[in-house]
Amino acid sequence: MLINALIHTLVVLLLSPLLIGIIIRVKSRFAGRRGAPLVQPWRDIWRLLRKDLVISHTTSWVFFVGPVLGVIVPVLAFLFVPLGAFPAAISFEGDFILWLYLFALARFATAAAALDTGSSFEGMGAAREVTYASLAEPVLFFCLLVIARLSGSLSFNGMFGADIAGMWPTAGVSLLLVALCWMLVLLLENARIPFDDPTTHLELTMIHEVMVLDHSGPLLGLVHWGAAMKLMVSGALLVRVILPFSTGHPGFDIALFALGMILLAALIGVVESVMARFKLPRIPQIMVGAILFAFFAWILVLR
Amino acid sequence: MTDHAPTNAPTHALILRNGQSAPVNDLPRIPFAHWRAQIDQSLSEGDRMSACFGAQVDGHIDLFAVIGRPQHNDFLLVRTQASNEFPSLAATHPQLHLFEREIAEQFGLVPIDHPWPKPVRFHASFTGKDAFGREDQAPPRVGHMPFYEVEGTEIHEVAVGPVHAGVIEPGHFRFQCHGETVLFLEISLGYQHRGLERLLLGGPHPASTHQIEALAGDTTIGHTTTWCRILEGLSDQPAPKRAAQIRAIALELERLANHTGDIGALAGDIGFLPTSSFMGRIRGDYLNLQAVLCGNRFGRALTHPFGVRFHDDDHRLSEALKRLKALERDTLGAMDVFFDSPSAHARLEGTGPVTPLRAAQLGLVGMAARASGIDMDARRDFPAPDTAYWHPDIAVLTDAAGDVHDRARIRRLEIEASIQWLKTHLGAVVEGDTAVPAAPLAPERICVATTEGWRGEIVHAAITDDSGRLARYKIVDPSFHNWSGLALAMRGQQISDFPLCNKSFNLSYCGFDL
Repeated sequence: MLINALIHTLVVLLLSPLLIGIIIRVKSRFAGRRGAPLVQPWRDIWRLLRKDLVISHTTSWVFFVGPVLGVIVPVLAFLFVPLGAFPAAISFEGDFILWLYLFALARFATAAAALDTGSSFEGMGAAREVTYASLAEPVLFFCLLVIARLSGSLSFNGMFGADIAGMWPTAGVSLLLVALCWMLVLLLENARIPFDDPTTHLELTMIHEVMVLDHSGPLLGLVHWGAAMKLMVSGALLVRVILPFSTGHPGFDIALFALGMILLAALIGVVESVMARFKLPRIPQIMVGAILFAFFAWILVLR
Repeated sequence: MTDHAPTNAPTHALILRNGQSAPVNDLPRIPFAHWRAQIDQSLSEGDRMSACFGAQVDGHIDLFAVIGRPQHNDFLLVRTQASNEFPSLAATHPQLHLFEREIAEQFGLVPIDHPWPKPVRFHASFTGKDAFGREDQAPPRVGHMPFYEVEGTEIHEVAVGPVHAGVIEPGHFRFQCHGETVLFLEISLGYQHRGLERLLLGGPHPASTHQIEALAGDTTIGHTTTWCRILEGLSDQPAPKRAAQIRAIALELERLANHTGDIGALAGDIGFLPTSSFMGRIRGDYLNLQAVLCGNRFGRALTHPFGVRFHDDDHRLSEALKRLKALERDTLGAMDVFFDSPSAHARLEGTGPVTPLRAAQLGLVGMAARASGIDMDARRDFPAPDTAYWHPDIAVLTDAAGDVHDRARIRRLEIEASIQWLKTHLGAVVEGDTAVPAAPLAPERICVATTEGWRGEIVHAAITDDSGRLARYKIVDPSFHNWSGLALAMRGQQISDFPLCNKSFNLSYCGFDL
């Protein structure tokens, strides 16, 4: 189990920036540019980590907790997640509820850090973030309940274990809806287009980015690192649903999982390249739609 | 040409065509009530206030109103005198509100019962009198004024600027918000004030043309052409026709560069990658076309009084034509992708609307006005004699909602019109000289000139003293009118839509601040 936990930790810590690099590369290709090297996100994080900090006088220790938890939480959360068919490091009945609320904890810390600065921009961003997150949470719950119902298990290892390939023939419609809803939540939670634009410089339009405007240097590096890890953690389960195969060999399982993650990052890059952002008032409407979809997927498996 | 006046000219007023001058004494001082009556009558007939300014004459302040009459293709000027105060007309004619504030700030005259009596650019007055009751004579601090406030436990205020995250000019924006909804936006500018109108006094100086070129950096051709028309009108020495036509061509290239840049920036603001990337590159190509003409990507040093600095060489024009034809496909393609995308369409439509009625009341100009369905364009309405009919088709949206989508759409139509026009007219420039010798300005004359810059109607007006020097030079940039349009467009909108609305107007800070 220790080796398993070590693999999980190393994978999420070291490989997650690759996803960001792939997204940027795909977007660059669509824009007719060659794009930054795939290692650029690591370079950026490393550069930020070596910089000095600028800290506003109005902030307190709360300001530091946001970025720090932003890094710790994804690492912890990843321990519960199977890498494809490769099992999770920690597993117990009901672990998915802890998993969900680990992210709620990180979000609370980020929003609190934003409010701690006293900036009107960051207050607006915190309000937006928690509003949309409160709509994303029921979607995730219903999605996980569908899988729990189909697998008869309440732990990730059981839910996303070897049985998942067998669910598709019997509950394909529900799983399709789950994948769709999960994708929407993934884009929203990771501040991607069409919900948010991670590259914009326009504070008034930001959701997630505006909360970290006052973070600089190493803290900003942690924020970027945490964001990359969050993308990996939240994408891992989606990849497992879409690629429910197991080879029986741990190495191949992890390779298949890695391939799935790369394809997912490329898909996000394509979405970002061909779509404009939604108007902000449209986001709650879409998330309510996602709640209904996920609820319907759950109703379908209750028969 | 200069002393020609239409026979229907009223005796109390003066009628001038674009770039035409007349003895300033032909414009009589009339009592304020008559002055006001003329303005009431003209504006109610659908004419516009193109410029309204004060000038110091023998210790008094004369007020000049320049009323644009598109139906007659000319300007009607009236003049009155004021000493310390004058009754405000802004409540009846909102398009005058900023002109009156400007007069108050520059000359210390108090507009009585003005609904919004605040400084415009926060500089000390020309006369030493302060209309706003500020005590000290030190230069006022920019932005120091009581802002409009909304009170209530659920109201919050967001202040943006003058320092921004983007690479734009400084301006201060104060939002009164209820949640995400903007109840009121107040815009306070003046951070870029350089005292340009006063720098030109006693001129034209050797540096004057360069100062005009940098008046608003993205409208070099528009402002410099207007400046040249003023000097040529005041000296009755028109530039050769070839020069006028090259100016008209450069004006359209400037329009193309800015419009393509704006559509790209709008796409960038909504995260629509393909058009954002391609338009950024294409804008550079249009700037390079200007460099083909004159060696400078922003058209600096192309047009100068009494001609253009452009010798020859027809291969420049044919080279520009060749490049333009290659650019056309890219430009139209990048726009098609943008305007055919449902997600971009949904994002832009209904955002930041300005109704035709409000646009007319505020006196909006240029493409912002045409996007609100107002049919106005100085290229057609106020033609200079030598470039009459030498302009692209004028695009107006007759089904306009005046929202961001319409302001993007009008740019697209203008881009298409300008490209088509340039394709036929780049090869149609007449042969001949490109410049005539400079001539001194005639004394005691007044001249009005206008150009349809890419943002809209640019108006300059000048008065010479008894030795033929500039005694007053008034500049009205289209941004002067249109900033009010942006403030109005934001009412009841999402605060997150502000950057998009702002970009859809893309107004000049330094053109406003002068």
